[in-house]
Amino acid sequence: MPLPTMRPAPRARAGRRGPRRFTRRDLAVLGVLLGLPVLLDLAIVWGPTLASIGLSFTSWDGLGEIRWVGGKNYATLFTDYPQFWPAVRNNLLWLGFLGLVATPFGLFLAVLLDRGVRFSRFYQSTLYMPVVLSLAIVGFIAQLVFSRDQGALNAVLANQDHPVDWLGDPDLNIWMVLIAAAWRHTGYVMILYLAGLKSVDASLKEAAAIDGASERQTFFRVVFPTLRPVNVIVGVITVIEALRAFDIVYAINHGRNGLELLSVLVTDNIIGEASRIGFGSAIAVVLLTVSLGFIATYLVQELRGEKQT
Amino acid sequence: MTAETAPAVGAALPAARRRPVRPGRLGLHAFLMTVSLAFLAPLLLAVYASLRPYEETAAHGYFSLPRNLSFDYYRQAFTDSGMSKYFVNSLIIAVPGVLLALFLASFVAFAVARLRMRGGMVLLMLFTAGNLLPQQVIVTPLYVMFNRIPLPYWMSESMTMYDSFWAVIAVQVGFQTGFCVFVLANFMRTLPLEILEAARVDGAGVWTQYWRITLPLCRPALAALGTLQFTWMYNDFLWALVFVSDGDKLPITSALNNLRGQFFTDYNLLAAGSVIVALPTILVFLLLQRQFIAGLTLGSSKG
Repeated sequence: MPLPTMRPAPRARAGRRGPRRFTRRDLAVLGVLLGLPVLLDLAIVWGPTLASIGLSFTSWDGLGEIRWVGGKNYATLFTDYPQFWPAVRNNLLWLGFLGLVATPFGLFLAVLLDRGVRFSRFYQSTLYMPVVLSLAIVGFIAQLVFSRDQGALNAVLANQDHPVDWLGDPDLNIWMVLIAAAWRHTGYVMILYLAGLKSVDASLKEAAAIDGASERQTFFRVVFPTLRPVNVIVGVITVIEALRAFDIVYAINHGRNGLELLSVLVTDNIIGEASRIGFGSAIAVVLLTVSLGFIATYLVQELRGEKQT
Repeated sequence: MTAETAPAVGAALPAARRRPVRPGRLGLHAFLMTVSLAFLAPLLLAVYASLRPYEETAAHGYFSLPRNLSFDYYRQAFTDSGMSKYFVNSLIIAVPGVLLALFLASFVAFAVARLRMRGGMVLLMLFTAGNLLPQQVIVTPLYVMFNRIPLPYWMSESMTMYDSFWAVIAVQVGFQTGFCVFVLANFMRTLPLEILEAARVDGAGVWTQYWRITLPLCRPALAALGTLQFTWMYNDFLWALVFVSDGDKLPITSALNNLRGQFFTDYNLLAAGSVIVALPTILVFLLLQRQFIAGLTLGSSKG
């Protein structure tokens, strides 16, 4: 999910005045219209988050009794659940691939397009296009490209005699899925950087040029540091996308045979036959812990930016 | 880095546009064109595959010359697989979802950014952080909760919130409000405060300040955010998958999975289904491109 930075409020402090008096009607409006979204947010997001943490220490099949089992779910998860570590590995690969390949590539494309090339509108639209697609569709389209017997890739490579099973080979398929995910992520990152680059003060670049900086120096020493707010957003999006990854692999093969992900394991444990809700929650809490780490870092950064102005 | 051949000093300046074509520029265009085509290729392949019968692609592969082209799969998707029904389901979820999320979020944003309520920062964080959590963290308790919330028959045939549109709409709204609050609060901070102060002097209440004075100024932001949110809610795959068990109530994105047979999958039919599902979002994108991009970048830069 994209996440614009909190823009420093131009008059946030200066305009503050003494306490205002609200009429009774104002208070009612405030109460209802603030209360509803807050209640909804607590009921849909934060309540269930706490409940997940609680449930992760229990054993429950969704119908019978909820039994407290302490840290047993976690012990099982780390030592006796063969899909867990491959899933962690795949999530990390996802993060690494998006962060080290797709994101820099998106930035690179944005820099190229920002130079004011002709047909830039066409390039932009084409490169953004995958962003509007559902990840599930990306998964389905990936099957057309990578399918072993009829897929376009094997046809282009002309290796019909020894076709590669791109999505069926458990050592290979995660990379193909990552390429599909990067297809969508690159355009996304590019939009954000392009907007960021457009807002960079042109006089900064001129000044650098007059001082004799090369283009490369101008970008890395002058332009890139001013993009910090965009960098933070892109970083958060990349991490969150990597942790949320689910739809593509679920569309391809329900996340089995080399495509295990933490999110898939959670879903399998709840809506699967076994209905091991306590255990599924423990996996969810692992995801939660990792993402909260990044979310907290992000919020701290934002707050610091807010205070500086 | 084909672009590096351009003279270093002039290239960074916006004034340097519209120069005679140079080899460096040609290389740049060749590179961008290659990447663009590579990005388009999978989509074109899906369209192409959907127009060809299964027997043909099974024998010759997807990357082969066409012998028969027809819209049969589209007809099949609409008549046999009921894609139009699923499409209506998607609208039933996404349209109220977007409107509700925008309405609720805009008031919170108004209270935080314009009224400068005490504790506004905490509210903002609560909503923002909530939107960043992975969906799987909240899915289990919601599943259990929805199974236990009874609804009258006229609201849900399953008599519970589970397996009804209400559950999916509630989750979409609850989850996406966080993002909308964040974007709208950023936008509202850029509006001049004087207008609001003038209204206050004239005795306008909180509701008037919100509905009559602030919201009209937010139209561009609301349009942008609405476009983006519609695409997201329409594209969502997980919520309906978990909270809806009745196949007739699935939104179109989740229903796509049903085009897969139990033992045999006709990928050409699946391709036609994918094209049908993708078409509205691509149309929205092409028609409202400015809004869409503004929605993504709103507040992340001046513009």
